[in-house]
Amino acid sequence: MKIVFTAEGKKWDSKMDPRFGRAKYYVVYNEETKELESFDNSDVEGEAHGAGPKAARKIIEYKAEVLITGNGPGGNASKVLEKIGTKIFIGAGDLTVKDSYEAYKNGSLNKF
Amino acid sequence: MKIAIASGKGGTGKTTLSTNLASYLAESRKVVLTDLDVEEPNSGLFLKSELFFSEDKYKMIPEWNKVDCTLCGECQDNCNYHAVIQVVDTIMVFPELCHSCFACSELCPTNSLPMIPQKMGELQHFKTKNFDFIESRLIIGEEQAVPLIKQTLDYVDSQFDKDVVKIYDSPPGTSCPVIEATKDADFIILITEPTPFGLNDVILAIDTMKELKKDFAIVINRFGIGNDDIIKYCEENKIDIIAKIPNQRAAAELYSKGELMYPKIPEVKAELEKIVKYLESQVL
Ligand code: SF4
Ligand code: SF4
Repeated sequence: MKIVFTAEGKKWDSKMDPRFGRAKYYVVYNEETKELESFDNSDVEGEAHGAGPKAARKIIEYKAEVLITGNGPGGNASKVLEKIGTKIFIGAGDLTVKDSYEAYKNGSLNKF
Repeated sequence: MKIAIASGKGGTGKTTLSTNLASYLAESRKVVLTDLDVEEPNSGLFLKSELFFSEDKYKMIPEWNKVDCTLCGECQDNCNYHAVIQVVDTIMVFPELCHSCFACSELCPTNSLPMIPQKMGELQHFKTKNFDFIESRLIIGEEQAVPLIKQTLDYVDSQFDKDVVKIYDSPPGTSCPVIEATKDADFIILITEPTPFGLNDVILAIDTMKELKKDFAIVINRFGIGNDDIIKYCEENKIDIIAKIPNQRAAAELYSKGELMYPKIPEVKAELEKIVKYLESQVL
């Protein structure tokens, strides 16, 4: 299963970015292969609107089943994610990617 | 003659200046005031007026018709605004994000995204005792101000002759809506407050106007608070300051009651007179 984290960097010890559409990076962890990849989303800063749907499109591309973030996606993005059945966990905005993965594993993150 | 009143950010007196200047000018000329701050139009609060005409405004939005769609996904790549997305076997359209550019619709190989009209806001045309006043308002949730601003400008152009003085209360900021609101103007008045934040914001607005190659000048609102940095900045950069509206308790009181200032505060009237003289020398 693939899990996407919204983060400020691309590593396990990077700080999480609480924003969904405007997160600096998306870090993608593949639980089967144990691989960690990332996507640089920083060019979103130049766009006034549409960051949410754009990010949701990335989640679709990665075929991620779980999204771990801070504040949770806005209306448009949630519509998309709901449709593809992504499970969204929030409240990880102050952790690192690694700590939020662990928090998710032991069930201490809230569902969106 | 088109005069736009703009500011780097909201709350610096844009509406105060627009309504007072329109009303003052209307004592001697034909005037129409248009509030282009379509997300939060508020000039109307200061004007006693009667509704003369109103109409719903529409923008064109693609509507997905799944019958012939091959789910090729081209539409989402053709949209620069992320307003259309393929979600597995569905094409989702986000009307609030759509710029009505027709790209997805025209490039769809199966014509599965016909454009249909959707309401984005409402235009209202009022008459006050001596001038016309127009405002448009986006419906809640609508994010694109530019199409409504454009249609409002078209309405004004269609209703009023060239010799009518057209005053536009522009949206705050320096992004697309302001550019749309000011691009046809013959002259821009930038209004600011003499504070460090005010200076910072007005410099951004000045840069935008320079980029647009617009003629502009500065009016300082609430003159007397803050410091002289804005005056120094304008001297160094050879930018005209055409009026300094004094900071007065009475002004704040009239504002909070939704009343015009110049009929009751002679100093404000004197500053408006300076603006009119300046405009006459430049463009009127
Ligand atoms: S471009 Fe047309 S055919 Fe292709 S997915 Fe979009 S709507 Fe369907
Ligand atoms: S009309 Fe233009 S902006 Fe609107 S969805 Fe289609 S491509 Fe995007």
